[in-house]
This record gives sequence, C-alpha cells and structure tokens, in this order.
Amino acid sequence: MSSTGSDEAATPEEESREGVSQVETETETATATTTETMNLVEAVRNALHTEMARDEHVVVLGEDVAENGGVFRATEGLLESFGDERVVDTPLAESGIVGTAIGLAMTDMRPVAEMQFMGFAYPAFDQLVSHAARMRSRSHGQYTVPMVVRAPYGGGIRAPEHHSESKEAFFVHEPGLKVVVPSTPADAKGLLIASIRDPDPVVFLEPKLVYRAFREDVPTNAYETPLGKAAVKREGSDVTVYTWGAMVHPTLIAADNVADEDGIDVEVVDLRTLSPLDVETVVDSFEKTGRAVVVHEAPKTAGLGAEIAATIQEEALLHQEAPITRVAGYDVPMPLHELEDYYLPQALRIQEGIRETVSF
Amino acid sequence: MSTQNEADHHPDGATVHGTTDPIQILDADGTVLSNAEVPDLSDDDLVSMYEDIKLARQFDQRAISLQRQGRIATYAPMTGQEGAQVATGYALDRQDWLLPTYREHAAKYVHGMKLSALLKPLCGLREGYAIPDGVTVMPEYIPIATQIPQATGMAWGEQLQGQTDTAVLCHFGDGATSEGDFHEGLNFAGVFDVPAVFVCNNNQWAISVPREHQTASETIAQKGAAYGIEGVRVDGLDPLAVYAVTHAALQKAKNPADGERRPTLIEAVQYRYGAHTTADDPSTYREEDEAEDWREKDPLDRMRNFLTNEGLLDDDLEAEIDDRIEAQLTDAIESVEGATTHPTTMFDHVYDELPDRLREQQDELESLRKKYGDDAFHEVLE
Ligand SMILES: Cc1ncc(C[n+]2csc(CCOP(=O)(O)OP(=O)(O)O)c2C)c(N)n1
Repeated sequence: MSSTGSDEAATPEEESREGVSQVETETETATATTTETMNLVEAVRNALHTEMARDEHVVVLGEDVAENGGVFRATEGLLESFGDERVVDTPLAESGIVGTAIGLAMTDMRPVAEMQFMGFAYPAFDQLVSHAARMRSRSHGQYTVPMVVRAPYGGGIRAPEHHSESKEAFFVHEPGLKVVVPSTPADAKGLLIASIRDPDPVVFLEPKLVYRAFREDVPTNAYETPLGKAAVKREGSDVTVYTWGAMVHPTLIAADNVADEDGIDVEVVDLRTLSPLDVETVVDSFEKTGRAVVVHEAPKTAGLGAEIAATIQEEALLHQEAPITRVAGYDVPMPLHELEDYYLPQALRIQEGIRETVSF
Repeated sequence: MSTQNEADHHPDGATVHGTTDPIQILDADGTVLSNAEVPDLSDDDLVSMYEDIKLARQFDQRAISLQRQGRIATYAPMTGQEGAQVATGYALDRQDWLLPTYREHAAKYVHGMKLSALLKPLCGLREGYAIPDGVTVMPEYIPIATQIPQATGMAWGEQLQGQTDTAVLCHFGDGATSEGDFHEGLNFAGVFDVPAVFVCNNNQWAISVPREHQTASETIAQKGAAYGIEGVRVDGLDPLAVYAVTHAALQKAKNPADGERRPTLIEAVQYRYGAHTTADDPSTYREEDEAEDWREKDPLDRMRNFLTNEGLLDDDLEAEIDDRIEAQLTDAIESVEGATTHPTTMFDHVYDELPDRLREQQDELESLRKKYGDDAFHEVLE
C-alpha cells in the first residue's frame, strides 16, 4: 500500500523501498559527470528509462506506448528494455488508464500513465479530480496516489482538431494535483524524475511543439529538478514575463528583440511547476521589476494569467507600476490550423505586450 | 435479406448473430454465394455503388499524396474500408442522420457532402466542419466514441418528436468499443429502445493495438447481447452484405416487428490496409504481409467482378467512370487549394451573440494585423 503511515510525505523512505536500487541519485545542484545531447522528447524517454531501471515498481501504461513506442516516440525502446508487464498497451480508454493507474499506485506501484494528447484526457477527468487528487485528503493522510499522468499538449504543429489545446488550468484548479510543465530537455528529465518520485499525483504536460525543437546537454545520471520551483531564464529590471512550456522560447526571443529595439530590460520566469505555484519567485521578480506580463497559449479567461496577476496584487501591490498584461490565446475554440498562428501568442504579440506594459 | 448464414434465420437475435462467422453475399472473387440473395438495388445503384467505392479509393491516394507534398495536414486513410462506408451510406434514407469519425470520408460523401467539403478540414480552414443545409451529416468526431451516446440522443429526439421515418447511424472503430461512451451509448439505446444503428468498423487495429488486445470478447457483435440489442457480424469487405445488413437494421429501427428491439450493433469485419494516419508508420508494430489475406477479399475487386459477371460493367463503362472520378477529384482539389479565411472568423459562431470581451479581442487582433501585416504572424521571429 502507498500508506504514508503518518501525515508526512513518504519521500524519505523512498530509497529503502523494496525493488528500488540504491544507486546514488543527485539533485540539480550536484555536478553531473557525463552529459548527452538530447531534445525534449528524448529527455522524457531517458527519464522514464532511468526511473524504470532504478525502481521496478515504475510501470508505463497507455495507448500505443509499448509496441509503437508512443505516437511521439516518448516511450520508444522501453518495451524492449523492461518487457510487456511494465510497458503496457492498454485498451483505448482514458478513464480505464487513469483509474487502473490509481489502483496500481494504491498497491505500491509507481504508474506513469500516458494520455495520447491532452485533449483526450477528459474521459479520465473524473478519476483525476474525484479520486487521484483527494485520496490523501479523504484518507486523512493514510493513502496517497504516487502516479504521474503524462500528456503532450499545446499548439503550433498543424494538428487536427482537439490535438492542440492548452487546458492546464483545468488541472491546476484541482487541489491535490500537482501540475508540471518543462520547457527544456534538461528540465524535462529532472522534473519527470521528480514527478515519478513524488508521493502525490502529478499531471506532467509536455509541450509538443518543442519536443524536437532544439537539443541541449542533459546529464545522463538520475537527477531531480525540484517541483514547485520556477526558473529565472533571463534577468532583467524593467518588466517580468511569466510563462511556461512552448511559450518560453518565443518569450526569450521577444525579450531580446525589445532589448535591441527599445532598450527594455526583460526578466523571464519559466514557472515549470504550475501547481503548486512558486509564489516566492513570482513575487521576488515582480518586486524587482514592478511590471508583469503573463504569456500563455490557453484561452485568456480564467487561464493561469489571472491567478498570477491576482497573486501579485495580493503580495506586492505597492511595487506595481503598471497594469499586468496577459498575452494569451483568445477566448474561442482553438481554430483549425489555417488560423492557429493568429490564435497563439507569437513573439510579435509578446513584444507588443511588453512594450505596452513598460510604456504605461 | 437472406444469406448463407444459418444464424441469420435464427428467431432470436443477439447472442447467436453476434458470434457467428461474418455474413457474406459475395465470395472472395465476387461471385454471389449459392445460398445468398443480392439485395434489392437497381442496376444503376449497383454500378454507382461501385463508382463511389472507386472514387473513395482514388480520393485516398490523392489525399495521401497531397499530405506528402505538405498541401493538406494529417489524413486518416480508408483504403480497404471504402466498401463498408459506401454500402452503409446507400442503406440510409436522405433524412437519416450520419455520425462519422475522422476516417469516414466516403460515408460522408455518399450521404450528401461534397468532395471539396471533405478536403476543407484537412486544409485547416475555419469553416472546415460546416455542414450544408439539408445534409444530415454531423461534423466528424475525433475524440473516440463520443459520437455514440449522441447518436442515441439524436435517435431518441427524433422518436420523441414522432419522426418515425428517421433513424440515426453512427460509425466508430474497434478501439472505440473500449471507451465508457460506447457502453453508455448502447446501454441507453437498449433501455430507451431508440432507432439507432451502431456500425463498428472493426479494421483489426486501433493505431498499433490489435483487436484481440482491445477486448477479451470473442467478437464485437456479441457485445450487443449485454445491452439487449441485436448484434450482427458482417464481412466488411463485402459491400452487398454490408448494405443488406445495414438496410435491415435501419428498417427494424424505424419499423420493428412485434417483440423486436430497434437498435442494432453491426460489426463490419474489415482491415485497415494502410497507416492509421499519414503521421503513423505501421511497420513499427505489424507485419507488412498481414494485409495480403484481406486484399484477396478486396471490396473494389469484388464489386467489379460481381458487376462484370452480371453484365453491368465493361471496359467502356469503366473508362467513363475513371474519367468522371478524375474530373471530380481535380475540381474538388482546385476549389479548396489556396482558399483562405479571414483571421477574425475564429470569433464567429462561438456564441449566438459575440460577447463584449470577445469583441475586444477581435479588435485587438485586427489592429495588430493592420499594424504589422499578416506575414508577421507567420514568421518565426529570431
Ligand atoms: C478519447 C480519445 N483517445 C485517444 C485518441 C487518439 N486516437 C485517435 S485514433 C485512435 C485509435 C482509434 O482506433 P479505432 O477506434 O479502432 O478506430 P480506427 O482509427 O482504427 O478507425 C486513437 C487512440 C482520440 N482521438 N480520442
């Protein structure tokens, strides 16, 4: 059973669980000995491989994850390495996948369930919000659901209907779920490992637009990038742009452009974990710059931008020098691909948002 | 309808039909089986059914090549499955509703959609899913199995309003039978006894997952028994058998005999010859030669042989058909290529009336376009 035995998180006893090899694992700060260059999807695969090798309780399940290696190849090679009891092609049923994953987690397994696309996770919504999120609370800390639900999300790849949405707010709204979004290969690996080891259920959203967009050196060892910690991707003093996932890249471009063209000094914060939010980093940065822009692909209304803006108002109102701007998807259904460039925030719209905020 | 299947004559439906060999009218080379009867279709209808199957196959090839050239987005091919799509379409009356998936291009066409309309969503056009007035085809369903309870609801709605001549037919794959919506939709259909026909295009694969991995049931048709409705297995590569079975199911839906339940689950046993979509590579999960046995029973070849044997098709007519198909495809492609939609149309039809907040967003988009021009939106800034 995933009994915590106390009101405390189960993390300390992790290393002594049966079937968990005692290899040294390092935190982000430790210097890695070797690295390999990987893109984001390869880093996801590498994290899964690393954790499956370390802990025999880790199992991967979902649609087309085994023989086919996942429609984005995120689970490629796992079947060959770990066999069909640990890498499982399920019937086509998301509620079945997440419901059984909860059951597996309750019996001390560490399931990593894949939703083929975020837009197809909705049949599993009931299991996620009514059970995974609340097992700890309902059982008064007796049981937890140490499960990860991975899902590619986001637009920009000319995909068919329902394959491009960005609905992270649905999951962030549910207390008890953690919601994690990497934007780089190294973070993808470290955050996924941390998510698998986390005693609580984690919705792990992978920005598929940048699955293969760029490569970077990724440590080959097992390391955790801590959940709940944002990353300052670029330091600046005039305005902070808060973003995550596939929007980090165009935001950094926009920041460079407004620096060159307008002399605006932009700080860029990649939230990395959307729930629980790293309020400290959000507020610290705002206290420094006094201006904020939030960029997300998701529709503007009730998107995370609203939560961030409200948090800043609550915590740092007296530092505020301009209205907080949201550069977001419009409040319309994600259009088919002909119009998706108009729907998604591009560097163009981000620059515009930055300039407007700074010139207030 | 009469076929070689004993089970077909069995008085009480579901379990017996559901586990038998698939019903056939044509044998693999297109000869009418000795104990089967050709459905009551005119010669013209039989020939045009063939023409539509052929058109579907050509459409598939053109769409795949357009996708390869980057002229359309991801496409779900239907080769091998056109016979079942076309035949179910012929069984429908004009007013009957059709609920297709992303793969039922030919079924949509037969039930009144233009070829050009089939291409529009693939071109990503805003109006891609628009359905012309008077055409009773729902926009395609991409989230698997979600159409099934809706089909039940539409059938129920027609029934409540006394539309006894209208039935609803919905398509889905073998994979869809694993979703909760399949269970819920069929269960409601059984409980409320609605005029619905559920066509499972069992093409043996749900992307990379084979049929036997999808369910431990021996057949999909037998699942009908669990809902108290008839389940029928039919050879999905035999257009005449699919027509006969679907026609009978629709008749029963509208006008059941004493003691008969209206809904039917049809399992059309077939094979997806090609990739799941143009984004899929089947060689990673199945053997190339698996298709061979199925191709022996190819629906297009079977219909051609059948019509030739009946004296309804010769080389001249075949050439005429080919010319017509070519012209139609070329027209359809030309009519959509280069088509564009105004960017602010994404704000249309979200609500009955555009809320102020959306109007502001629409204005904002317009002023950005004015300021920077359209090219700026498509450039990836560095
Ligand atoms: C709810 C949902 N989950 C997953 C997907 C992704 N997906 C698209 S097609 C497909 C397989 C469908 O198989 P099947 O129902 O047999 O129909 P086929 O594609 O073979 O016609 C999957 C898993 C989806 N579209 N919707």
